[in-house]
Amino acid sequence: MTEPRRGAHASRVPVPALGETLLITLQGELHDSMAEQLQQDITRRIAHSPVTGVVIDISGVDIVDSFLGRVLAEIASSARLMAARTVLAGMRPAVAITLVELGLTLPGLDTVLDVERALDRLGHGLSTDPPHPRRAHHADLL
Amino acid sequence: MQTSSDTGTIRLPIGSDVDLAWVRQQVRQVAAELGFGLVQQTKLVTAVSELARNTLIHGGGGQVEMTALYRGPARGLRLAFTDSGPGIRDIDQAMTDGYTTGSGLGMGLSGAKRLVQEFSIDSSPGQGTTITVAAWATGLPHPRAEAG
Repeated sequence: MTEPRRGAHASRVPVPALGETLLITLQGELHDSMAEQLQQDITRRIAHSPVTGVVIDISGVDIVDSFLGRVLAEIASSARLMAARTVLAGMRPAVAITLVELGLTLPGLDTVLDVERALDRLGHGLSTDPPHPRRAHHADLL
Repeated sequence: MQTSSDTGTIRLPIGSDVDLAWVRQQVRQVAAELGFGLVQQTKLVTAVSELARNTLIHGGGGQVEMTALYRGPARGLRLAFTDSGPGIRDIDQAMTDGYTTGSGLGMGLSGAKRLVQEFSIDSSPGQGTTITVAAWATGLPHPRAEAG
């Protein structure tokens, strides 16, 4: 499994699904083109499968600048137009502080502290699938 | 008051989004070495990302020069982003929150200015643009104060 960070032109951010939820993990350095590709991949997945929720885990993201902020807001907006709800999980404290100072408060984005809470928020974390292990570990899905 | 020397100047090209990622990584590494805390690093790298993207998108590419600053006990980093693009016609307007000529949110320049301690723009139509910023590792007195 290739690590989507550093140096070489990493290809795409994977868009794995857990039931009706897309579970996307962003990590390290995200090139602009990868972010835009991700936006397209997510909307395509929503259109072609019964997706009702999108979780974007940004706990591994060092910075969110206005470009990435715009892409995240647009992902949420386009997902909403396609009847799917987006939750942003795990923003680092330093990133939150910086975003406020940058003037980017992302009012349209639903945020939670971690992926587990994101799944709870979307209502299809553990309830739809009783025999599922106690904690849905996103890393296992990649 | 002046910086002691320019010995540590690093010049990096800005010609693609891959370069942007590389510039961010280099700045973070140098800032960490100079003693910037995590929040300070994050602010500086975010400002750098905005400015480098400005150089790429609006300036048609260019370069950034990164220089470590030593003033007494204070440690800082100066970054000069240079392009030979069309220049900025109205700097005041370009510095306004929400003003954009591109596809962004218009927070790039004004937001970046809030994330650093020193900020200046040198630009005129047809002459390209140089934006110079500096940030200081805190925990130490700011350079504007008298050395203790």
